[in-house]
Amino acid sequence: MLRLASTFVNSTAVAEEVVQDTWLAVLRGIDGFAGRSSFKTWLLSILVNRAKSTGVRERRSLATGDAGPAVDGARFDATGAWMSPPQHWVEDSDDRMVAEGAGEMLGLALERLPPRQRAVVLLRDVDGLSSEEVCLALEISEGNQRVLLHRGRSQLRRALEDCVRV
Amino acid sequence: MKMLLRRNPLVCRQIVELATEYLDGSLPRSQRRRFEAHLAGCPHCTEYLAQMRTTIRLTGRLAEDDLTPEMEDDLTEVYRRWRAEED
Repeated sequence: MLRLASTFVNSTAVAEEVVQDTWLAVLRGIDGFAGRSSFKTWLLSILVNRAKSTGVRERRSLATGDAGPAVDGARFDATGAWMSPPQHWVEDSDDRMVAEGAGEMLGLALERLPPRQRAVVLLRDVDGLSSEEVCLALEISEGNQRVLLHRGRSQLRRALEDCVRV
Repeated sequence: MKMLLRRNPLVCRQIVELATEYLDGSLPRSQRRRFEAHLAGCPHCTEYLAQMRTTIRLTGRLAEDDLTPEMEDDLTEVYRRWRAEED
């Protein structure tokens, strides 16, 4: 929750306040939860609304994120085929990759994502929400959700690629 | 349908941009077929897709380290009360 709140506000202290505030709102408003969505989605949507309004007071604009391609265009030839293809790393087991520091690298890369991409990747891939739940919680369209997820995940793969290659 | 099948096959650069939609199962059927036809003949894109899957799995392992045990207890309590009122 703290991580998610931090995507909307500048300081950790403010993010902590938003999380506290969310718990209060949850305790007060538990009757308002009508089972329209999962408990988690409901909780996160309260958090996002609080963080958003706090964030707007704090600074007027949110970064929209970069619009670059999933993979550097220079890695393809003129026909769009791979010129510098990805090196094989699937046979590395997840455990081995984590042991070699892939987890920390991934965590850092996640922190560096533009806020909206970070929020979507956090909810989808860390918290395991469905795309519908994420659209509800963040109040964004399905298409928007998909683009943000795509850009975010592509950046994370790139970060892992750099870490595996070194 | 014939028109779709006759369309140019997808190239690698397009495959990487469609990867998320493919993995989410949200590609239209005709597009999905073209995607899979490309994968069948392209080890590089197959590798790329495997890397995306690994990335998603590893991201899923990042711990929810920001919930203190106290907060988790609070959440459990709230949830239990809510369940009790529903029944």
